[in-house]
Amino acid sequence: MNGWSLFIDTFFRPDLIVRYLPPILEAVVLTVEIAVLIVATGLIGGLALACARSFEFRPLNLLIAVFADVFRTVPPLVLLVLVYFGLPNVGVTLSSFAVLWLVLSVVLTAFAEEILWAGILSVRRGQWEAARSTGLSFAQTLSYVVLPQAIRLAIPPLTNRSIVITKNVALGSVIGVPEILNVATTAESFVGNSTPLMLGALCYAMLFIPVVLAGRWLESRFAWRRF
Amino acid sequence: MNAIVAQFFNLEIMARTYPILVHGLGMTLLLCFVVVPLGLSGGLVVAFAMQSPWRMLRAFIATLVDFFRAIPPLALLIFIHSGLPFAGIRLDPFASVCLAFFLNTSSYYGEVYRAGIESVGRGQWDAARSTGLSAAQAGLYVVLPQAIRNVLPDLISNTIEVVKLTSLASVVALPELLYSSDMARAVTYNASPLVLAALTYLVLLWPFVRLLSRLEHRVGH
Amino acid sequence: MNEKSLPILEVRALRKSFGDFVAVDGVDLTVAPQELVFVIGPSGSGKSTLLRCLNRLEEPTGGSIVVDGVDLLSAKVNINLIRRQIGMVFQSFNLYPHMTARGNVMLALRKVLRMDKTRADAIAMHALERVGLAEKAAAYPAELSGGQQQRVAIARAIALEPKIMLFDEPTSSLDPELAASVLAVMRKLRDSGMTMIVVSHEMRFAREAADRILFMERGAIVEKGPPEWIFGPHAQPRTRAFVAQIIR
Repeated sequence: MNGWSLFIDTFFRPDLIVRYLPPILEAVVLTVEIAVLIVATGLIGGLALACARSFEFRPLNLLIAVFADVFRTVPPLVLLVLVYFGLPNVGVTLSSFAVLWLVLSVVLTAFAEEILWAGILSVRRGQWEAARSTGLSFAQTLSYVVLPQAIRLAIPPLTNRSIVITKNVALGSVIGVPEILNVATTAESFVGNSTPLMLGALCYAMLFIPVVLAGRWLESRFAWRRF
Repeated sequence: MNAIVAQFFNLEIMARTYPILVHGLGMTLLLCFVVVPLGLSGGLVVAFAMQSPWRMLRAFIATLVDFFRAIPPLALLIFIHSGLPFAGIRLDPFASVCLAFFLNTSSYYGEVYRAGIESVGRGQWDAARSTGLSAAQAGLYVVLPQAIRNVLPDLISNTIEVVKLTSLASVVALPELLYSSDMARAVTYNASPLVLAALTYLVLLWPFVRLLSRLEHRVGH
Repeated sequence: MNEKSLPILEVRALRKSFGDFVAVDGVDLTVAPQELVFVIGPSGSGKSTLLRCLNRLEEPTGGSIVVDGVDLLSAKVNINLIRRQIGMVFQSFNLYPHMTARGNVMLALRKVLRMDKTRADAIAMHALERVGLAEKAAAYPAELSGGQQQRVAIARAIALEPKIMLFDEPTSSLDPELAASVLAVMRKLRDSGMTMIVVSHEMRFAREAADRILFMERGAIVEKGPPEWIFGPHAQPRTRAFVAQIIR
């Protein structure tokens, strides 16, 4: 029985569960808040940039393409650390919460733009031609004909990417944002026991497993067929 | 404006700290060469397990895959590195990183392979089996090559993510690129080493990101 | 039917259900060597399922199948070895797109029969010659017409020198001109003495080449007999109704 009780004591100590569940649940709320904010600004930003790109204005498109490439290629943690430690030295002080939101929103914007742009490109040229030939303006064609189709195609990769980005909220623990991982590791070093960490892991699982399953369902509904 | 350049693009500091970053880059590359093959093979195992006729095995593997895709990689890493020692299992940072990334990336690669296998029509399997090829032979010579071809963009995309993931190893003090450049930042009170690190990641990965975009646009309509 | 030779295929009380749905409902069938048996019937009558049971691509739920004396459904049988003796051609060809025509034909020779490359290549080329596509050996399926693809599929099956060939609606995906080339190959095969079981709507071919025709409806064989009988005025009403419908 020794191995089992050691296991329980290390990862599931009842008194610690009672003590740390409240702060961890608070952290869960904060994590969800910041995740929702990031997804909202990231998707809107991506949509705006993709639409801007469809105007086919060369210099602007080049800028957008470079922006998208840079922020999809540099690891988010690098960006986070860079912004968090660098900004104060040029006189800009932002809370760690703000830095996390800013960086992850920009990263999601970059990914969302590329995904939506690919969606817009996939809508056949004939759709544009048909709409324009009935007198619809460029903006109307974009809004009523092309975007609805492009967005439908983009839903599976967008949900996947949003899920990855929201898991990156855990990186906030590195710069002091009081989200789940941060609260859990602080508690752990305080009491010298892994129970808080296990609680944190379970909270993540309960938070994201439904999201992953929902994402999978969405994917099967809007399956983007290859070949 | 000058302040921004001095803080982020200070060439003098970059030149001074660049040797430290080269060491860090070496560790990053080492991590990649270990973790990517581990994930690719682990994913293959997952994909084949999901094809097995035993429902219990499939359900078990599916649950594990969902679990490891749901947990943020950093949380998994911290759990293995800081949590396990309390249960008596102590791994050095490199091993912790490899284990955490193996569990995480195998789940993702497994899902990619699974989508690939499902994209190959049943008729291919039927044809191969009807000529007497065993299940393993049909899988290996007929289904898998087509599956991989179909999901090559996703495989590449995943691999790029794995390379980016190595930056998390800095949190457990593994001296890879981000860790080294952060050390340099702390010592110089200047963010330029971090910018240099970012540029290094760009140089390392940007060709693959471009290749991926091209592949994806070709596969589309 | 030649009463004196032993049947090459004996099916007794074959049954296949998918859950509650019974696709094949107690079929008995005996096929003599070198016979060409044609199976006709409305869609959903179980013809394809019956065919697919014969090489166990579908696992029968009941009954017995004996091929050349070997009980197909016994637990001891090595199904991969047996499948060398039963060739199958599919409606959607199912050629491996990532291999050339030659590669498609050679795969089983190399992996199942464990032949070395030279021998396998020679046999593959011979099979491709038999279907008239030797000059297309290096082409990929995407570069071939539908009819050519199906002929390569036939070559892939006959390269293993099977005892029986099963054809599951081989020309249903083809235009009439392309179908003709495939039917010509099938006629040649028959003339060379191959035992063939064909599920198809090609009634003219049936009339000209079949030894026996089976009419299936709702999983059971309604009637069997030579073409003159099935297409003639003395067949059962249901048979005559179906034939009239098909022969426009």
